[in-house]
Amino acid sequence: MADPQKPLLTVRYGLEDSWSLAVAEKAGAYAVARRALSEMQPDAVREEVKKASLRGRGGAGFPAGVKWGFLSPKEGDEVYLVINADESEPGTFKDRTIMDLDPHRLIEGALIACYAIRSHVAYIYVRGELRHSIARLEHALGEARAKGYVGDAPFGVDYPIEIHVHSGAGAYICGEETGLLNSLEGRRGEPRLKPPFPAIKGVFGMPTIVNNVETIASVPDILDLGGAEWAALSRLPGDGGTRLYGISGHVERPGIYEAPVGITMRELLDDYGGGVLNGRPLKAIIPGGSSTPVLDPARLVDAPGEDHPLHRWHGKSELDVPMGVDTYRALGTMLGTCCAIVMDDSINMVDVARNLMRFYRHESCGQCTPCREGTGWLVDILENVCRGTSRPGDVDLLVNVANNMMGNTICAFADGCAMPMLGLVQKFYPEFVEAAKHGLPKGTRHDTTTRDLLEGAA
Amino acid sequence: MTFALTPDRDQKADEYLTRYPSARAALLPVLWLCQEQNGWISPEVIDFAARRLDLSTAAVKGVVTFYTMFHQAPVGDHVVWVCRTLSCDLRGAKAIQEHLEGRFGCHAGGTSTNGKFSLRKAECLAACGQAPMVQIDDRYYENLDLGQLDRILDTIERDGIEAAVERFATEASFDPDAGPKARPLQSVPPPPVSKEAADAAQGSGTSTDKPTEDE
Ligand SMILES: Cc1cc2nc3c(=O)[nH]c(=O)nc-3n(C[C@H](O)[C@H](O)[C@H](O)COP(=O)(O)O)c2cc1C
Ligand code: SF4
Ligand code: FES
Repeated sequence: MADPQKPLLTVRYGLEDSWSLAVAEKAGAYAVARRALSEMQPDAVREEVKKASLRGRGGAGFPAGVKWGFLSPKEGDEVYLVINADESEPGTFKDRTIMDLDPHRLIEGALIACYAIRSHVAYIYVRGELRHSIARLEHALGEARAKGYVGDAPFGVDYPIEIHVHSGAGAYICGEETGLLNSLEGRRGEPRLKPPFPAIKGVFGMPTIVNNVETIASVPDILDLGGAEWAALSRLPGDGGTRLYGISGHVERPGIYEAPVGITMRELLDDYGGGVLNGRPLKAIIPGGSSTPVLDPARLVDAPGEDHPLHRWHGKSELDVPMGVDTYRALGTMLGTCCAIVMDDSINMVDVARNLMRFYRHESCGQCTPCREGTGWLVDILENVCRGTSRPGDVDLLVNVANNMMGNTICAFADGCAMPMLGLVQKFYPEFVEAAKHGLPKGTRHDTTTRDLLEGAA
Repeated sequence: MTFALTPDRDQKADEYLTRYPSARAALLPVLWLCQEQNGWISPEVIDFAARRLDLSTAAVKGVVTFYTMFHQAPVGDHVVWVCRTLSCDLRGAKAIQEHLEGRFGCHAGGTSTNGKFSLRKAECLAACGQAPMVQIDDRYYENLDLGQLDRILDTIERDGIEAAVERFATEASFDPDAGPKARPLQSVPPPPVSKEAADAAQGSGTSTDKPTEDE
């Protein structure tokens, strides 16, 4: 049994010049890809990934092995691997650590994944703002090409693989997989109607697998340990391995931490994050990026039925439920990108809602009326509520607008906006009602200067 | 006045075209090259990109207007993006924005009177754990306070952007000694809250967040 505390994905992060081929290779990079391409059949690689129960790290948590199985290319089809490095979900900053600190892990993962799905070309779509990460990746690819690891015959094996970096230019919606494909084709990044799903008809009309950076970066470790053993690192069934956890906001040690799947939010906050900033009382936590409904530490899990998936945690705080794709769904939220935003008790949740809804209004691509109009309405109503100029019934109107956005659009962006809005109102209803009457209360700490905040004077 | 890429950039564009099975897919990379050279995507740049990739100007314009990073008007020598999404706001991004507005004498969306800096509000830039932060041109500057921010801007004004990159720019950070390696999994009791701190927080600040315009 591997030691579950041992870092895998982050094992090279702390090395000096960890991003260079010389350092990475000395610490093990490319050994697994060499073995996989020379000694394993693609089917065997896919089988290990399936056994690993690797759940996609991009937000939806779909099993990667199953997704890869959806491919059924016709004669003459070119299969593409597209790696989603758009990392734009508010609160999320994990994929950037892979690209900046260990780009060769991503390239190694891409080589193995290409081989497994019988693709010869991979595109890494990086959000345009990450110029430094793009430079790191380009540099790493240059090194890997010079060694012959990427190109006509990786590791001497007659299986050509080309990997390209493609830069976005600023648009959250290009993280949605079909918006990304349009953007990659040189179009506006507007999501496409599904079906057809990318595995059937993706980029350039060809079968395409879209996976998150961290998903692909996990593949070398899976083959190294073996799928079953990697899966067993997790504390939960059907959701394997270790993963990157992020924590930001009002926390003593914000950052990225690697831990087994299934640690609790309380462990992430206290043991990794060092607790709430300046030891203040905790108000709420957004668990996995802005699209995931908020957790209220004062709320207890209500699962009295023996067959309820969360029955074991009945009566405990929401923060004590293990963090997994399925457990969090059962909790009525989502694990999302597994990057949490912590808020202390000085924060007003109406203010939080306004901040987030401004984001969604700015980023809606505008194709669908419920989304384009709904995001604007939500912000307008919230501005009024915060200012104390709202009308009776405005809180219910927030719920009404959000409900009408859900499930009525081309892509999941509208749901990703409506769900957290509904969660905030549901869990902090009195705060919304109070603000609707009088505006945001005095003492809402939104305006505090950085220095005061960090020195604990605020 | 027509626009054309310099020979080395034009060669780069040729290389981009080999990466994709369709010429159109090279549009974003080619626009990046043009903006790097021209500073912004002018109508002449749009004409050039359309001719270079055999697209209609309408198609190119549609793409340019979709993405926030393509400047559709001239900008200052340096573009400063201040992240105002939740994680940064929780750690004082509003103060960062106000300080920049004061220093530049312009609102977010505008350009300083000396033409040196354009100020833009950004949505989450994937640096939330090092909040608050700004992006200046190609690089990030993280874990800011107002003093550090001034030091960075002073350096740019006095010694140029390369000097600032050298001294202050950051990349994704990771503390290998933090987390369970240094401290095995166990509950850490939170430090006591000082009464003064709690009182000060209750009384401080008013909520005068003006409805901020999107730029
Ligand atoms: C609005 C929206 C934004 C998204 N942004 C990202 C993103 O920035 N990065 C990412 O990996 N996935 C993002 N996704 C999820 C992708 O659509 C897709 O599910 C994912 O890249 C698949 O990879 P995975 O199976 O490895 O998780 C987003 C989805 C939606 C609906
Ligand atoms: S739901 Fe919103 S973001 Fe998604 S396609 Fe429709 S308008 Fe665009
Ligand atoms: S919220 Fe500012 S970088 Fe994410």
